[in-house]
Amino acid sequence: MTQAAITPPPLPAPRPAPARPGRRAAGLTLELLALALLALAGAAPAPALAQANRAEVIHWWTSGGESAAVKELAKAYTAAGGTWVDAAIAGGEQARSTAINRMVGGTPPTAAQFNTSRQFLDLIDSGMLNDVDAVAAHEGWDKLLPASILGAIRVKGHYYAVPVDIHMPAWFWYSKAAFAKAGIAAEPKTVDEFFAALDKLKAVGLVPLAFGGQPWQEKIAFYAWLAHAGGPEMYLRLYRDKDAAMVQGAPFKAFLASFKRLKNYVDAGSPNRNWNDATAMVISGKAGVQIMGDWAKGEFAAAHQSAGKDFGCFPGFGPHSPYLVAGDVFVFPKTADPAQRKSQQLMATVFTEPATQDAFSNSKGTIPISTDVDVQALDPCAQIGVAIMKDAARQLPSPEMLVSPDLEGALQDVVTKFWNTNESVDDAARAIAAALKS
Amino acid sequence: MTTPSRRPPLRHAMAWLALLPMAATVLWVYVGSVAWSLRVSLSSSRTLPIADFVGLRQYERLFDSERWTTSLRNMALFGALFIVGCLVLGLLLAVFIDRRVKGEGLLRTVFLYPYAMSFVATGLVWQWLLNPELGLQSTVRGWGLAGFNFDWIVRQDMVMVAIAIAAVWQASGLVMALLLAGLRGVDDSLWMAARIDGIPPWRVYASIVLPQLGPSFATAFVLLAVGVVKVFDVVVAMTQGGPGLASEVPAKFIIDNLFVRANIGLASAASSVLLLTVLALLAPWLYARGRAARRDARRLAPGQAQARPDMPGAPRRPAAGAGGA
Repeated sequence: MTQAAITPPPLPAPRPAPARPGRRAAGLTLELLALALLALAGAAPAPALAQANRAEVIHWWTSGGESAAVKELAKAYTAAGGTWVDAAIAGGEQARSTAINRMVGGTPPTAAQFNTSRQFLDLIDSGMLNDVDAVAAHEGWDKLLPASILGAIRVKGHYYAVPVDIHMPAWFWYSKAAFAKAGIAAEPKTVDEFFAALDKLKAVGLVPLAFGGQPWQEKIAFYAWLAHAGGPEMYLRLYRDKDAAMVQGAPFKAFLASFKRLKNYVDAGSPNRNWNDATAMVISGKAGVQIMGDWAKGEFAAAHQSAGKDFGCFPGFGPHSPYLVAGDVFVFPKTADPAQRKSQQLMATVFTEPATQDAFSNSKGTIPISTDVDVQALDPCAQIGVAIMKDAARQLPSPEMLVSPDLEGALQDVVTKFWNTNESVDDAARAIAAALKS
Repeated sequence: MTTPSRRPPLRHAMAWLALLPMAATVLWVYVGSVAWSLRVSLSSSRTLPIADFVGLRQYERLFDSERWTTSLRNMALFGALFIVGCLVLGLLLAVFIDRRVKGEGLLRTVFLYPYAMSFVATGLVWQWLLNPELGLQSTVRGWGLAGFNFDWIVRQDMVMVAIAIAAVWQASGLVMALLLAGLRGVDDSLWMAARIDGIPPWRVYASIVLPQLGPSFATAFVLLAVGVVKVFDVVVAMTQGGPGLASEVPAKFIIDNLFVRANIGLASAASSVLLLTVLALLAPWLYARGRAARRDARRLAPGQAQARPDMPGAPRRPAAGAGGA
């Protein structure tokens, strides 16, 4: 006997039915809603288990060597009695915008990675960062840290970030095999010697300059060339003084022409080549030189090549060449929670300890923030870097420490256009001057 | 007393209740975001939104920027190449399959398959194919044709064409599917009549079938046009906007300023301009459709109240219905 077989009662005629199921459904919906709300309320922030000095850290160190390096930071922090909550986000831009969004949204992380730069200046201006003045005073950062780094983290007398490493964004990496094949006896000591070396490489059918034609790599080549061929003074007058008159002058135009001359030594496949593909050209000996940051070391290491034997590195031409300084820092978002504040102070202390610095630098391939470290543990290129860092006169802050991300981007647009088109030196100089004024 | 034809008000209430989440989403998320962007575009915001008011300064800066004007030009060029390319290729594929070729199911899948891939994957593969040192050019030269040149992707003047080729390859399968559905909707009796009259197939397509595919073309066009305005990933995967600024597009300008260059005021101004461009293109079309709908409604017997179209898409249906009746 199924339900369908039962005949419905013929009388009385039912009142219009639609309303009733509707109302019942409405009641049911409301009940469900209420239940759901209750469930939510139940699940809502039950006070988390009290973890000692819990610190959530946003960073973008996700590649092999990088994550090994960040583990050293976490290890040191844990050893100091903290609880490290790792929030790795691939890609610097993504990581930074996540950190900023969370600060704006009111649930900031304990610490967030930025470059040693002006990327976090707006955050300081709008009062969203805690300072670490107490730690800086206690540890004597003024004496410990190089001036270029201090210039980036000290704003109006307050310390807003803890530096963790020093990058050199524009080394010259060269293949020993390629140099031997081209008959280049020694590392070039001047701009002219460098061009002569490139000519020799070209003559034996190699790609003289392994070049990745992406705007950010063109930018690196540009400011490296500005520092070495134009000289530190011209470099600072552009990036520090934003001197629009200087860039319209003859010396700067001569530098622009010299920069463009490098284009004669790249191959047709360079546009949009990734930096590591360009490094691979040096590793295989197909190309002679690459201008790239110290992160390229990881590529050589992965190919089982060692510095001094298979490849060489020099930071510029001659014993007095400028040395570009960049790096990474952590900033500490403002928080009302005193426990968080304590975690932030602890982090700032732990990150700058020599033992932490040594372990971190070795994994990361960077050099430590202070120069009184054991250089024996470092690779030959890093040893050159540490030695130079002792000489304050040779240090040049990287452009991102001197100009806003906005202006840096505008300059990058000018450089990439100049490099890739037949734009005249005069037009390029005018475009740079316009970017400086905007 | 109560007749079943009268709708109980509660049903309306339930319908509204069901619509409420969507309506709230549209109002808050879409309209709200647009209003927010417009507001930010009038401020001097950099990393964070600032509540000051600087008038149209961001817009002035925007149109002073060579990169932005280049981006707009590139988008127009890409749009023309991409839409025409997809429509032509998609139509040819659809007609080809409509001729009841063998293995139709397989071919249909093959042609539609690229669309299942992301633009990023497409761009990456085409970037390798077009790379003069790795791809087609060096391969063909390796076969002995030393003079073979195919280096569009690294050339200032041809890079947008190279990108359009990759994009057309990806999206023409979708156009094929849409048009094929339209072709299959054409009444077989038309074909039979044409065959009796001895009309060659190309003529039937050109004069009888294609004019009936208007709605399919319109759908394809709208989908492709939306793709043009938001084109971003294929450019990033293939050229990153290079060489130089030669393949910069507006969406990339916006993303760069939003996330890399800490310039949300300028980015908001750029997205507002983009929105206005789309509206300026859409408005005449919407207006024309609206007029056509009203005209159709007037032409139909004025007494037939229920035939009045509520939506711009509706007017075709009464016409088709009249044909069937």
